[in-house]
Amino acid sequence: MATIDVAGNAVEVDEEGYLADRGDWNEEIATEMAKIDDCELSDNHWEVIKFLREYYEEYQIAPAVRVLTKAIGKKLGPDKGNSKYLYELFPYGPAKQACKYAGLPKPTGCV
Amino acid sequence: MSEEMMEEGGGGVIKKFCYINRKAPYGTIYALESLEVVLIGAAFEQDVSVVFADDGIYQLTKGQDTAGIEMKNFSPTYRALEMYDVEKLYVEKESLEERGMTADDLIVPVEVLSSAQLQDLMEDQDVVLSF
Repeated sequence: MATIDVAGNAVEVDEEGYLADRGDWNEEIATEMAKIDDCELSDNHWEVIKFLREYYEEYQIAPAVRVLTKAIGKKLGPDKGNSKYLYELFPYGPAKQACKYAGLPKPTGCV
Repeated sequence: MSEEMMEEGGGGVIKKFCYINRKAPYGTIYALESLEVVLIGAAFEQDVSVVFADDGIYQLTKGQDTAGIEMKNFSPTYRALEMYDVEKLYVEKESLEERGMTADDLIVPVEVLSSAQLQDLMEDQDVVLSF
């Protein structure tokens, strides 16, 4: 199992960098994962990450990008619930990349 | 499939897909696999119906607690189906009655159909997948 170093602790991740144990998650891990991707997390990133964590808590699933976009629009308004905004924040794919930082599994339907 | 492909969706012919679930949620992998196939298939914007019959109706039972069998309780995910535009959920009336249940015992709103009505529904489909 691969690991990433977060403040001196080895945190287990899978071969694609997703957290092995969702229970391990904390904000430092998210920040470190983003740093590996050369991404600095802004308040706008955190808003999406927190949204995803709440979504998972409620539905036990990491949403597909289409569903995420729609759900964000409903909760945070159309300015944020659109592909352009989300892809600017998460250029590797809003669902895939944001789910990773949120400590969730890869969204169902993404290969 | 890439995220981009999934987002484009659309285009092409829309077929009627019917997924039939007949097995209890835990003990075999069928229920969870079926749910995943439905969620993945939803990206293709087809006309989807999901049917629950026999022990399959237990998949939708409210108040599932899986701690004792150390499995993930995936029943909350059925409530996400609506957001995936999977809105046609059917439950067989006879299966509910045999188990002393009603639609109120289920975690999502469903349409209750008799065995004969379900037969008509299935005959009307382009693709029927059984789990």
